[in-house]
Amino acid sequence: MADLTTDFLGITSPNPFWLASAPPTDKEYNVRRAFEAGWGGVVWKTLGAEGPPVVNVNGPRYGVIHGADRRVLGINNIELITDRPLEVNLEEMARVKADYPDRALIASIMVPCEEAAWKAILPRVMETGADGIELNFGCPHGMAERGMGSAVGQVPEYIEMVTRWCKTYYDRPVIVKLTPNITDIRKPALAAKNGGADAVSLINTINSITSVNLDAMAPEPMIDGKGTHGGYCGPAVKPIAMNMVAEIARDPETRGLPISGIGGITTWRDAAEFMALGAGNVQVCTAAMTYGFKIVEEMKRGLSAWMDEKGYRSTHDFIGRAVPNVTDWQYLNLNYVTKAQIDQEACIKCGRCYAACEDTSHQAIAMSADRTFTVKDDECVACNLCVDVCPVENCITMQEMAAGAVDPRTGKVVQDQYANWTSHPNNPAAVQAAE
Amino acid sequence: MTSRHATGPHIPGIAAGRIDAATLHENFADLHAAYDPHEAAVAADRCYFCHDAPCITACPTAIDIPLFIRQIATGQPEAAAKTIFEQNILGGMCARVCPTETLCEEACVREAAEGKPVEIGRLQRHATDSLMARQGHPFARAAATGKRVAVVGAGPAGLSCAHRLAMHGHDVTIYEAKPRAGGLNEYGIAAYKATNDFAAREVEWLLGIGGITIENGKALGRDITLESLRADYDAVFLGHGLGGVNGLDAEGADRAGVEDAVDFIATLRQSDDLTSLPVGRHVVVIGGGMTAVDAAVQSKLLGAEEVTLAYRRGRDRMGASRFEQDLAASKGVRLLFNVAPRAVHGNGTVREIEFEYTHEVDGRLQGTGETVRLPADQVFRAIGQNLSEDAGLDRAGGKIAVTGPGRTSMQGVWAGGDCTPGEDLTVVAVAEGRDAAEDINDALVG
Ligand SMILES: Cc1cc2nc3c(=O)[nH]c(=O)nc-3n(C[C@H](O)[C@H](O)[C@H](O)COP(=O)(O)OP(=O)(O)OC[C@H]3O[C@@H](n4cnc5c(N)ncnc54)[C@H](O)[C@@H]3O)c2cc1C
Ligand SMILES: Cc1cc2nc3c(=O)[nH]c(=O)nc-3n(C[C@H](O)[C@H](O)[C@H](O)COP(=O)(O)O)c2cc1C
Ligand code: SF4
Ligand code: SF4
Ligand code: SF4
Repeated sequence: MADLTTDFLGITSPNPFWLASAPPTDKEYNVRRAFEAGWGGVVWKTLGAEGPPVVNVNGPRYGVIHGADRRVLGINNIELITDRPLEVNLEEMARVKADYPDRALIASIMVPCEEAAWKAILPRVMETGADGIELNFGCPHGMAERGMGSAVGQVPEYIEMVTRWCKTYYDRPVIVKLTPNITDIRKPALAAKNGGADAVSLINTINSITSVNLDAMAPEPMIDGKGTHGGYCGPAVKPIAMNMVAEIARDPETRGLPISGIGGITTWRDAAEFMALGAGNVQVCTAAMTYGFKIVEEMKRGLSAWMDEKGYRSTHDFIGRAVPNVTDWQYLNLNYVTKAQIDQEACIKCGRCYAACEDTSHQAIAMSADRTFTVKDDECVACNLCVDVCPVENCITMQEMAAGAVDPRTGKVVQDQYANWTSHPNNPAAVQAAE
Repeated sequence: MTSRHATGPHIPGIAAGRIDAATLHENFADLHAAYDPHEAAVAADRCYFCHDAPCITACPTAIDIPLFIRQIATGQPEAAAKTIFEQNILGGMCARVCPTETLCEEACVREAAEGKPVEIGRLQRHATDSLMARQGHPFARAAATGKRVAVVGAGPAGLSCAHRLAMHGHDVTIYEAKPRAGGLNEYGIAAYKATNDFAAREVEWLLGIGGITIENGKALGRDITLESLRADYDAVFLGHGLGGVNGLDAEGADRAGVEDAVDFIATLRQSDDLTSLPVGRHVVVIGGGMTAVDAAVQSKLLGAEEVTLAYRRGRDRMGASRFEQDLAASKGVRLLFNVAPRAVHGNGTVREIEFEYTHEVDGRLQGTGETVRLPADQVFRAIGQNLSEDAGLDRAGGKIAVTGPGRTSMQGVWAGGDCTPGEDLTVVAVAEGRDAAEDINDALVG
């Protein structure tokens, strides 16, 4: 069995699966059970400053998007940071860390954007023996209205400033958790790096309204007839999160900055994908909130089985392996030509490919009276829509055209050398190809 | 074993009370239970929303199946029901009795893909039940046209025709020979397919459109004539089904205990106390269609000890679908193929029935000479029905000849359902009644 031990910022954990800062890591009871279930580490539910803790709403705080059979695709929440006193959390953290020295325990922190506030809390966190801290610059609701969370995360200058304070008053790893509620994720990542952050973690939740109650005419979750935007997470946000991770991993200015990947991770495969895009480990929240702590078992077994299959001995063997293949559109090979091909044996004649291509794509699928569906190579632009909508896996596949063949759609011979938009004759800004 | 102490299934002859009331109640419960809303949502999600969906083509009434299933999936079963009723006003009954395994569900692409079609019938029931549970009728009549149409027979064909005509603003009078409306829905369909008096409830709901009067106990040929109907009404629709039953061509077929399966079923359907309904200890049903299966299964459910369904050809030639055959087998009915009845033995009352084995030679059935005798207290004939009515219309294959949407050889007279050529199915009768109504409407106001 492949070794899942992961070293992230010098913090080792028996596997790369950490629980993200959220209800699953809200208290000693949960975290002990999570460790017993096999989680490699936790980021404790975000701590606030000393004094009376925040209060949460007393009605529903979660909304949901369901798929078929009530499968949870996405959750949104309007929960705040921990609503328990700082002292209680710190005591519990110290006890748990002492009992589980091999697991990662990170303190998530959100205090006002004033140096004194950070200077006050950091030594206290230090005393708990926590392996590092994560700065919560992500919460998009509630805390942001008070100038914290994403209100800080959306201003790169603040990120850099607060990170620097933390590096000054704390000598263990500092992870900056980024909000996705921003146009260009590279800006806050760079600010964190400039402030001295050891790593970034992303994403926190996405601003959202998951549903509207059409009887009450109010967004849900609904509190006494009113609702507010909440943070969206779960499988639905994974594509957004992965793109942000990849952008940071491949940008020349942020490349090499360690990343803890978060957002919709539910299976070993999700985790492997994030890690292939450069995440050194992953954090999970919604999957645990949906299925309980035991799901980590599938993640561990699955990742290790896949690593064995691929011959990866440690997570380092594949972390970041997909990053070089993430590129800009302009560098994609325009001489790569494929055509959709339908496996008639596998086809069940539902006609979805036909409806999709005929109504919304390139009218490249023919339908005969006996419901035989065939691709018209002279019309197919290889958009992949039919592949996506076909209910039968691998029934429609993309076949690459060999160099030298004539593409019946364009009438042009398929070239075997790579050529992209930058040198394309239709590009007004094309660089003259070398003679 | 003496007959005096025999109880239940072992009581000799034809007797009532073979099993207790509670078991009977269980035996005759819904064949396919209704979905709860979550089950319906999960089942609906399996539909692919096919392009030009093959299930629609396979439905004789051409219900827009992917559309109504999608309406269930989006939480509007009542709107789904309206989509169904627009095409098939007896969508509730059809959801229960259609042999979906040879219609829509056979055509479903998921049947081809994985041998598990979308459960269209049960979804249709979910939709129609939810709308019918509400008060009121979902359709409104068009402005009155002042035209009057006579319909003969209140079965699926007649009811469907009447409803569509009423919707178009015509006034309809249905002449029905029997005391209750519904046709074979009321008197023929297996009890476990339409529980809780569904047939009667459906008729009442259908009549909610208004403009339809049913005259029960009025038979064409006995109480009224086609000439008088043609004279008194602007159009006539014949939907009187098949009144006659084919006879059994075997020696001794007149012995007591030899009965028509349809009569047995009709009695069963009208009985409000199944413990008092007699059935034989050894029952033999002759035939291979739906009626044969229904008679056999219901005999078994009533407590007959041994029920044999004897069909003269091979299994693949049987009219009843594989699903029906399996249903019979699962209830303990013995299926016997390639046996033709030759003689009914007994002293006044049937005791045994004798069959000759058969085989097919170039498509023709021949006896092999070998015979077998089965004990029998009760023998049911289920070898087909025929047209008993003869109002002087042209015939085709023993039924009323029609062209296009049910036009008979007589001006102003339309026909549909079992009395015309085509498959004898509820859903086919509904389609034919509806299409004739549209044609009548075109003729009257077009
Ligand atoms: C036992 C049995 C089980 C069946 N099971 C199924 C099944 O599971 N699924 C399925 O799809 N189909 C089934 N069928 C077939 C289905 O019932 C018929 O195809 C359908 O009822 C035909 O409708 P119809 O309106 O043409 O005729 P019918 O339903 O026969 O209705 C004709 C009506 O006309 C009346 N009538 C007859 N003569 C006269 C007259 N002279 N004057 C006035 N009124 C008259 C009758 O009393 C009756 O009410 C079954 C049939 C039988 C016999
Ligand atoms: C109810 C709830 C509360 C959360 N609270 C916090 C928090 O206090 N601090 C924080 O950094 N992130 C918080 N998050 C965000 C998660 O840590 C995580 O970034 C996000 O849910 C995306 O991961 P997922 O898709 O695995 O859930 C919260 C999420 C949820 C659902
Ligand atoms: S790849 Fe696109 S264009 Fe080609 S057949 Fe499929 S849907 Fe049509
Ligand atoms: S979508 Fe797939 S299964 Fe359906 S008709 Fe097209 S190729 Fe066949
Ligand atoms: S054939 Fe099956 S999957 Fe396709 S639309 Fe009909 S019910 Fe749905």
